[in-house]
Order: sequence, then C-alpha cells, then structure tokens
Amino acid sequence: MTIRHHLSDQLLMGYAAGQLPEAFNLVVATHVSLCDDCRAQLASYDAVGGALLEVADEIALGEDALIDALARIEGLPQATRAEPLKPAGILPAPLADYVGGDLSAVRWQRIGGGVKQAILPTSRDATVRLLYIPAGTAVPDHGHKGMELTLVLQGAFADDNARFGRGDLEIADEEMEHTPVALAGEDCICLAATDAPLRFRGMLPRLAQPLFRI
Amino acid sequence: MMLEATRPGMTEQSGLLRPKGAASRADLPRKKDRLVAKAVDGTDWAALLLQVRDHQDRAAFAALFRHFAPRVKAFLMKSGAPASVAEECAQDVMATLWQKAHLFDPARASVSTWVYTIARNKRIDALRKDRRAEPEDIDWGPEPEPDQAEAMEAQQDTDRLGRALASLPQKQRALIERAYFGDLSHSEIAAETGLPLGTIKSRIRLALDKLRHHMT
Repeated sequence: MTIRHHLSDQLLMGYAAGQLPEAFNLVVATHVSLCDDCRAQLASYDAVGGALLEVADEIALGEDALIDALARIEGLPQATRAEPLKPAGILPAPLADYVGGDLSAVRWQRIGGGVKQAILPTSRDATVRLLYIPAGTAVPDHGHKGMELTLVLQGAFADDNARFGRGDLEIADEEMEHTPVALAGEDCICLAATDAPLRFRGMLPRLAQPLFRI
Repeated sequence: MMLEATRPGMTEQSGLLRPKGAASRADLPRKKDRLVAKAVDGTDWAALLLQVRDHQDRAAFAALFRHFAPRVKAFLMKSGAPASVAEECAQDVMATLWQKAHLFDPARASVSTWVYTIARNKRIDALRKDRRAEPEDIDWGPEPEPDQAEAMEAQQDTDRLGRALASLPQKQRALIERAYFGDLSHSEIAAETGLPLGTIKSRIRLALDKLRHHMT
C-alpha cells in the first residue's frame, strides 16, 4: 500500500499540540495508524512539545507534593507491557474503538442512492462519519464550511485528477469545489470529518444528482 | 540496582548518568541564555526512567518528579488550568509515568517528549473532557535492550530542538508556545516552525522501515 496523500503539517502539529477537535483527532490517529511517514513526522512534532516542556518556566508544587507522590505510587501497580492493539480488519484500531468493532459493527443509515453513513459520537466542535459509497457512484453533495478531511479505508475515489486509495487523505477547504466519485471495483468506505456540521441534501433521486453537481 | 543518590546525575554506576558541568545559571542574565542552559542540562533522564521501569526505583522517580512536575504544572497553567487543577493534574502525570514506565522506549522519544505526551493527554481529559484517539500501537517485537546509540540520539534530538527554540526570534517562539499551550485554534496554527524537524522524522522513519522489513 502506497499512500500518496498525507496529513498536512498543520494537522500533525495541531494533533501533537492537542488542539484539534475530537473528530479530527480520530481522522489523524486513523491515518497515522496506516502511514509510517506521518507517524514519523508526528514524532517530530511531539518532540517540539517535549523541548518546550524542557525550556518552560517552572511553577513549584506544594510543599508536600513529592511526599504525596511517593505515597501515591506506593502500592500502585506498574502495568505490564500491554498487547499492541491489533487491527481487527478494515478499520484501524482507533476507529474500531469508536465503532465498537470492525465494519460489521457499523450501524449504517441509508441516505439515498445506495449511499450509507454512520455518524460517530464526538464532541460537537466537529463531526465525523463513516461513508459507504457503492463503486461507481458519486459522493453525495454535502455543503460544508471550514475544513473537510476524507480518509479512504476501502476502495478508492477520484477527484479531478487525483486518485485516493486506502490510507489516502483528502483535505478540502470550503472554497474547494470537488466532485469525488467512487471508482469501479470495490465499494468505497471513507471516514470524513468536518469543522462545521455537514448538510446532506438527503434522499436525492439518482436522476436529480447531476443537477446538484454530485 | 537502586540509586542511592536522590539527585540526578550523581551516580556513575550505569555509566549512563553523565553529569555535565552545566554553566552556572546565576551568571546568565538573559532569558535566551537561560533557555539554552536549561536545554543542555545534560542529566540522563532516560537512564533514570529506565531505573523506574526496571527496578521500581523510588529515588530515580523522585529525581524525575523534581525536574518534570514543576514544568508540567507550568505547562498546564499556561494552558488555562487553575493552580489547584494543574497541581492535581501534574501529580496524575507523574503517577502515570510510574505506572506506564514499561511503555517508555528511549530509542523512540526522549523523556521530555514522553512526559509531554502524557501531560497533553491529561490536559485534554481534564480541561476538555474529550476522548482522544491514539494511533494504533506498533508491535516493536520482543524488546531488546535499548540501543544506547539510538537512545542518545532521541535525547540529542530534544536537546537540539531546545537550543533551536531558544535561538528563534522571540515572536516566532511565542507563536509555537501559544500553539502548544492552547492559545491558538487549530486553523490558526502555522506549520512553518523554523525548527529542525527533519532529522527526527528521518530517524523514526528509518526505525519503522527496519521494523516493517523484519515483519515481512
């Protein structure tokens, strides 16, 4: 698997700094689970946090803080090495954790044209959903404000000249006009997050779709 | 092996704890110089944390606590936590360091970086009450004795970053601090840091390539 479309430095730094909305965290963690390049780049942004901590000012703790800490660790078991999270199937571990299992555990909701979605519960500053788009079908039109991240988990979609396969991430802003189409072959499953709530136009009859530039 | 001294850098037993005659901080009036001195303090924190990991060494823990707890508290307060919450949270962070010491791998990250990631996650728990998805763990396989050279490199990366941070123009450094301390929204965060991140990325990338190669 060769991943060609990666996280931006801005997103990696935002994740390392702990400043992303929960929905974006999930997309970043899922992509990093699939992409060694971004995992390595993320480590460098974590290291910036470490360096900042090292040169940061110090604020003394209360007088008995160390005594309290030593008392607290007394009898506190040290966990043994945890089993690494194993990818269950299509969904990398952090996503499987939100879904509560692999694809079979997803509670899809039909939104027309064979397209299905499943909104995952996150804090409300951004939303994230799984999208199921039958091969050869256009991604339903969904107006969005702010940033939209779309990560491919299965199948592929094409947008203008670029092709996005498993692990690839498309980053779109509100100015970007895009008409992604799921490619022939396997049905396409994506994880999509937006800053502001998505507004699907709902049960569109297939014939009406060209009208809405889907 | 227990550390007898509670001060870091005072024992030579492992050969890892190399006290470096750091410049006296008293005669460093300018903030930038102070930052540089802090960044190259030279104590081998990784060796202390490995003492905690492998021998439940309380003296080593105390040394780590003295160094990191006040920094974590400051970090949390700058992120908007009231003093009492920051204090409690710093205690949590240090207890987590004790409990999860087995997850620390000196070849992948310096202790500062590792403590930072724990503190950041506690901050998200405490202040935002969000869940935070973490990338899938990588199975690094049966843990061999950490490669000393790799461990040194991870520490040197952080030292180098610390020096680079200290020598950035004040405005630029402030921006990075604000990004990490939570003053900037994610859309305001600029990717251009002016920091030498390439070496860290390629070092980790290399380790990952080696690992994938072994797995196939």
